[in-house]
Amino acid sequence: MGIGWPIRRADDAPVRAEARYPVLVLVALAILAVIVAIFLFADWLAPYDYRAQSLLKRLKPPSFLGGPPEHLFGTDELGRDVLSRLIYAIRFSVLVALGGTLIGALIGTALGFLAAHFRGMVEEVIMMMADVQASLPFMVIALAMIAMFGGGFMLFVALMGFYGWEVFARLTRGVVIAANTQGYATAVVALGAPARHVYWRHVLPNILSVLIVQFTLNFPQVILLETSLSFLGLGIRPPLTSLGQMLGAGRAYLTTAWWIAVLPGTAIFLTTMSISILGDWLRDRLDPTLQSR
Amino acid sequence: MRRILTKLGRGVLTVWLIVTFTFVALNLSGDSIDALVGDQASPEVIAHYREKFGLDRPLWQQYLSYLAGIAQGDFGLSLSDQRPAVELIAGALPHTLRLGLTAFVVGLLLGVSLGIVAALNRNKAVDRLVMSFAVLGFSLPNFFLGILLILLFALHWRLLPSSGDATAWHLILPAVTLGTHFAGTFARFTRSTMLDVLNKQYVVAARAKGVPRPRRVLWHALPNASIPLITIVGLKLGDLVAGSIIVETVFAVPGVGRLLVNAVTSRDFALVQAILIMVSITMVGANLAVDAVYVLIDPRMRARAAER
Repeated sequence: MGIGWPIRRADDAPVRAEARYPVLVLVALAILAVIVAIFLFADWLAPYDYRAQSLLKRLKPPSFLGGPPEHLFGTDELGRDVLSRLIYAIRFSVLVALGGTLIGALIGTALGFLAAHFRGMVEEVIMMMADVQASLPFMVIALAMIAMFGGGFMLFVALMGFYGWEVFARLTRGVVIAANTQGYATAVVALGAPARHVYWRHVLPNILSVLIVQFTLNFPQVILLETSLSFLGLGIRPPLTSLGQMLGAGRAYLTTAWWIAVLPGTAIFLTTMSISILGDWLRDRLDPTLQSR
Repeated sequence: MRRILTKLGRGVLTVWLIVTFTFVALNLSGDSIDALVGDQASPEVIAHYREKFGLDRPLWQQYLSYLAGIAQGDFGLSLSDQRPAVELIAGALPHTLRLGLTAFVVGLLLGVSLGIVAALNRNKAVDRLVMSFAVLGFSLPNFFLGILLILLFALHWRLLPSSGDATAWHLILPAVTLGTHFAGTFARFTRSTMLDVLNKQYVVAARAKGVPRPRRVLWHALPNASIPLITIVGLKLGDLVAGSIIVETVFAVPGVGRLLVNAVTSRDFALVQAILIMVSITMVGANLAVDAVYVLIDPRMRARAAER
C-alpha cells in the first residue's frame, strides 16, 4: 500500500512476555490441567463412591452454602455426593469424547488415504458418503441411530466415533493427493518402495500436524454432542454418569437444589471454553497469514 | 446453468441415499412390531400389525412402496398414536419455525453489529469485550445456557415464563438461548471479514474523497464483507436445527425438535424417519438456496454464471 499512514507490522512490535502467553491462555491451560488430573486420578480424588446413596441426606446444599461439611458440593436427590459424581462424570465424558474423536480420526484418515490412493470409483463413493454425512446435522443422525439401534454404552461410543470422520477423510485425501505429487514421494516411489511404505514413513509424518489440529477442533464438539444427548436422556444412562446426564437429571430439582445442574454445566462450559481459547491461540501462532490480527 | 443442475442432481442423490440408508437401517434394527406390541402379544395380533404396516411383503416391494410413499409425502403412521407422521410434523412445524427464525434474526443482528463495532475498535477494550462474548457464546452449551436463564429469569426473578410458546414473552428465553450461539459465531466472522474489507483500496478511496464514516462502513464495506458471511449462514443452518432440538426440549416448546426427541425415546420409527428425511430435504434445499443467493448478490458470480 503506497499510502503514507503508519501501518503497524507484527514483526516490528516488541514482544512482551504477556503477549507470548496471554493470561487467558494460561487460565485455559490451568483448567485443562485440572480436567486431565481428574480424568486420570478420579479414583483417588473422589471422596465417596459416585453411586453410593444415602436417603437420609437427600438434596443437601454445598458446604459453602450451609450444608454438611462432609459434602463439599452437597448431595443429589438420592443422597449421592455431588462432588464425587462430578469427578466421575468428568472422567466418563472425557473418556467417551476421547474415544469418539480417536475412532472418527482413525476411520476418516484411513478412508482419506484409500480415496487418495485408489482414486476413481473408490474415491467417488467415499467422498459421496462424506457429502451425505456433512449435509445433515450430526445430532439428527445420532438421534435416528439411537432410535433404531438402542442406547447401549458401546454403541453410543461407536456413534460418537462416527462424528467428524468426514472432515478427517476430506483433509487426509487432500493432503495425500498433494503430497503424492511432491518430489519426496515421487522420489521414494522411483526408488522402488511400496506405496504402504511411502504413506507410513513419509506422507503420514508430514500431515500429522494438520490431523492433530483437526483433533483439537473435533474434541470439544464431541464433548458437546455427548453431553447434549446424555442431557436428553439418550446418551450415557444411569447407573453410569456423565456431565450431560447429571445436568439433565438435575434439571428436575432446579427450584430446590440448583447446584446439581449448575455444577456439571459449569464443568462442560469451562472445558469447551478452555479448548477453544487454546485452539485459537495455537492456530494464530501456527498460521503466519493471521499474524496481523 | 449446468452447475446448478449438477448441484440439484447431487442434492437429490443425497436425499435418496439418506432415504435408502434409513430403510436399510430400519430393517437391520429388527422388527419394529416387537417394540410396539411387546413380547407378550399373541401371534394373531402380531400378524395383524405386520399386515397393517405392510411388513409381510418381500423386501424389494416394501422398498418400492416406501419410496413411492415418500415421493407422495406419505411417511406412514406414527406407531405410537396412529396418526400420519406428516400430520404430526405439520402440527409442530410452526412452533419450530417461529422459534428458529426469531433466534436466527436475533443472532444475526446482534452478531453482525457487534462484529462491526469490534472491527472498528480493533484491539481496544470494546473489541476484547465483544470477542470475549463471542467465545462465551459458542462455548456455553445451549442446554446449560437455557437452564441458567430459566434459573435466573423464571425461577429467581420471576420475570419471564420458562415453558411453552404461547405468547411473545414465552419466546424470549428460548430465542436468546438459541440466538447467543449464532451471535458469537457471526460476531467473530463479521469482525474478521470487516477487517479485511476496511483495508481495501476502495474503502481507503472512499475515505480520501470524504465519505462520512457511517456511510463508508455500512454502504461501502458491509456489502462486500457480507459475501463470506452468507457461506457461514449456510453452514450454521445445521447448528440451528440441532440447537432447536435441545432448546425446544429445555423450554417445552411443542416443535419438531421435541417431537423428534419424544419419538426417539418411544422408538417411534415412522416418526423418526419422517423427521430425518424432512430435515435432509430442508438442509439440501437450504444449501442450494445459499448458492443461489451467492449468485444473486455478487455481481462477479452473476457474470461468471452468465458466461456458462
